[in-house]
Parts: sequence; C-alpha cells; structure tokens
Amino acid sequence: MTLLAPEVSRSAADDVSVATIDPGRIKLDIQDLDFFYGKTRALKSVSMSVARNSVTALIGPSGCGKSTLLRALNRMYALYPGQRASGRIMLDGEDILRSGVNLAMLRAKIGMVFQKPTPFPMSIYDNVAFGVRLYETLSRSEMTERVEESLRRAALWDEVKDKLQTSGLGLSGGQQQRLCVARCIAVKPEILLLDEPTSALDPISSAKLEETVTQLKTDYTIVIVTHNLGQAARLSNYTGFMYLGELVEFGETAAMFTNPVTKRASDYITGRFG
Amino acid sequence: MEHTVRAYDNELDAMTGELARMGGLAEVEVADAIRAIVRRDVAMAEAVINHDARLDALELDVERKAIRLIALRQPVADDLRRIVAAMKIASNLERCGDLAKNIAKRAVVIAEADPMTPLTSSIERMGALVTHRLKDALDALASREVDRAVTVWRQDHEVDEHYDAIFRELLTYMMADPRTITACAHLLFVAKNLERIGDHATNIAEILYYEITGVELVEERPKSDALRTL
Repeated sequence: MTLLAPEVSRSAADDVSVATIDPGRIKLDIQDLDFFYGKTRALKSVSMSVARNSVTALIGPSGCGKSTLLRALNRMYALYPGQRASGRIMLDGEDILRSGVNLAMLRAKIGMVFQKPTPFPMSIYDNVAFGVRLYETLSRSEMTERVEESLRRAALWDEVKDKLQTSGLGLSGGQQQRLCVARCIAVKPEILLLDEPTSALDPISSAKLEETVTQLKTDYTIVIVTHNLGQAARLSNYTGFMYLGELVEFGETAAMFTNPVTKRASDYITGRFG
Repeated sequence: MEHTVRAYDNELDAMTGELARMGGLAEVEVADAIRAIVRRDVAMAEAVINHDARLDALELDVERKAIRLIALRQPVADDLRRIVAAMKIASNLERCGDLAKNIAKRAVVIAEADPMTPLTSSIERMGALVTHRLKDALDALASREVDRAVTVWRQDHEVDEHYDAIFRELLTYMMADPRTITACAHLLFVAKNLERIGDHATNIAEILYYEITGVELVEERPKSDALRTL
C-alpha cells in the first residue's frame, strides 16, 4: 500500500489531513463533493479516494455526514426530492453524478446493505435470485449456481442450504443481514456500500458478517459506515474521519488508530468527544 | 482534553502515578547503591537489597493496570501508546532496581577489602553521571517533554566513555597488584551495571519519544566500544 505524504496543516480547530492514494489503485474518486438537504449543506467539499479491493471505513459522530456520503456514492438520494449533490464522483474514470447516468445500472454496480436487515417477504432462494432476474436471464441451473455461490460468499450457505424455499423473514437478524449481503453480491456489483451493517446484530453475528466482509475484499471494493470504532479498526484498510460534514482525516487505518495526524480525529477515536 | 468516560482518565492517571512512584524509587536505589560503594556502607547496601522487592511489586501493579485498561477500554492512538509505554518503562525501571541491588551486593564484598580511593572516585563520578541521566529521563517522563527525552537519548555515549575509562583503569590496577583482583573484578561489574542503568535511561527516553510523537526515534548515535578501543 503506497500512500503519498499527507498534506497537513496543523491548527487544532481546523486541521485537516487527507492522504492520497496511488492513482493506479483508485476505484472511486470523490472530488469536491457537496451535498444539500434542501438548503442545508450536509457535505462540505469532500475529496477522498476509495482504493480498489480494499475496505474503506467512514467514522464520525452522528450527523457528521458519513451516511450522506455513502448514499451519494450510488445516488440513493435521487429518490428524494430536494436532495442534491455537486462535485464529481469518478467511478473508473466516469462521473456518476452527471445527468443521464442509468441509475438502475449504477446501483447494480454499486450495491448497498442497510443498518437493519431488509429481506423481501419471499423464500431465501428468491431473495437472492430476485435482483439477478432484473439484470440477467439465467437458466434454472445457472440461477441455482448463482444463488449458492452468493450465499456461500456471504457465509450463510451452511446455515440455510436445507431450507432455501422457506421465508427469508424466518431467519435470525444476523442471518437476515448476511442474506441481504448475498442478495447484493448476487448481481455481481463492483462496489459494496455497507451502512452500519452490524448495529442491530449480536457479537457473534457481527463477527460472522465481519468475516464475510474480509473475504469479499478480494473481489470487491467496500465502503463501510460504522459507529463501532473497533470494527473500523479490525475491518478496514483505510479510514476516513468526518465531522460536521467535513472530511477531517483520511489515511491508512493502522496509522489512524496508532498515530492520528489531526487533533480532532485523535480526540474522537480516543473517546474525548463525539 | 478529558475522556467522555471519566473513569477511563482516573484509571490512566492511577497507572501513570504508579509509574512515577517506581521512577522515584529506582532513582533512590541507584543513588544509594553507589553511595554504599563509595562510603563502604554495608547497612545502606543491605537496605538497597531489601528495597528491591518494592520495585518488583510496583512493576507488577503497573502491568496489571495496563492489561486491565487494554482489556476493558480498548485504547487507541495516544492512549494506547501511553499504556504500552508505561509497561515498557516499568520493566526498564524494574531492571534498574535489579542492577542497583547487584551493585549493593558487591558493595558488601568490596567493603571487606582495602580501600582503593582513586578507583572508587572514578566509580563515584560515573555513578553521578548515571544517576543524573536517570533523573533527566524521569524528569522528561514527568514533564512529558520531547526535547528533554531527545537530550537524554543523545548523551548515551558519555556513560560509555566513562565505562571504557574505568575498564582500562581497573586492568592497570589488577596487573600492578594481583591482590586487588577480587575487589577490581567486583568494581568492573559495578561499572558494567552502571553502564546498563545508563542504557535503561536511554531506553526510557526512547520509549517516551515514541509515546509522545507516535514515531520511533531513529538517528545515528555516537557510539564508543570498549572492545574495539583495546
């Protein structure tokens, strides 16, 4: 992992340190992103890069804009009137914020898993196959293969392989969340966005989901929003700390948690404010 | 700035307090051990030997507190560095105590031999320098001043030079009068122990530097080597 030297300006209240990533490794490049809920500016000129095949964690106190940033990455906000983004988000060199982008195709490329499990009221099998049917026409055996592969990758297969035709709603919370991950990866996205995916889960289910994320890293680029600092430290390669709509510090996770550059990031991760 | 959870600060402060107490004790033991050699004071030597257990107990206590903090608070960043540094510094101070105890044991033996004034004054000078360095390192620790830590760290060679000089001085004595060999051999170990205490002071400065800045202190330091200069 080669990071160039962070640009640092050292004054306690407004110090910012954003490390840059080797351009060849960038999957998503966020440039001067502003976000508005009506007149409220929720993101203030955020610029950061997301490295390919790695986990990037976004941390910060409630209301700091981390979920807003995540929702901007697959234009989830477009469903709501009055919400708009400006700036650029380059996905493999193409700006996904410009008008004319096919949002359905975009969201197939950039999948998202939410805080609370959102299984559809249908069988486990159909939960996974549902999204695939929207984008691809697969034979029955191909589909069965895809469902199995997705459930395996989401580390759920062994627990559900004998009851694929039962309702997804009958699974435990942790299993439902992994079912949502399976549904998400079944359409073969390039990027996975996870918005506090374990906040409603018990420690063992959380650990299983974390293991799933770690394994998925080899094929996907993952961005995770989490309030669990330990989880950010365990899972991610890069961490961004946000505060009041601003990206205060971004860099390698190990550096962030042993020797943060900015005072604000340090105070937050050590439990001094937020 | 204080932690949102106040008990966390209290626990960190309790650990740092124990470490400071260790530093104070180690400083006194080293100084007393040297005094026992110089003044041929057997009672003082025995006091140093008996007091070492206190340092051992305190080190265990610092370690327990540090492990508890790691387990219960999951410290990161400067908190984590502070805790890891406390553990390492405690173990360096405990070693200083052991070395002082060893010097004191030798003081008892040396007190039985004839006085060798010029030699003991060399040891006294080296002892003063080493106590001073240990004190500087502990002052840097108490005040948490990086510059002071760097100063201590840079001066390591002075102690080494003293050790080299005493090494040569002792050799001359032993060659001139073989009856002094027993006492000289003990003094040689005393000098070696003092040199090691100096190294521990350097270690403490190095650990403190990392604790405060988050980066390791790496720089070429002036070195002297008794084995090479002979």
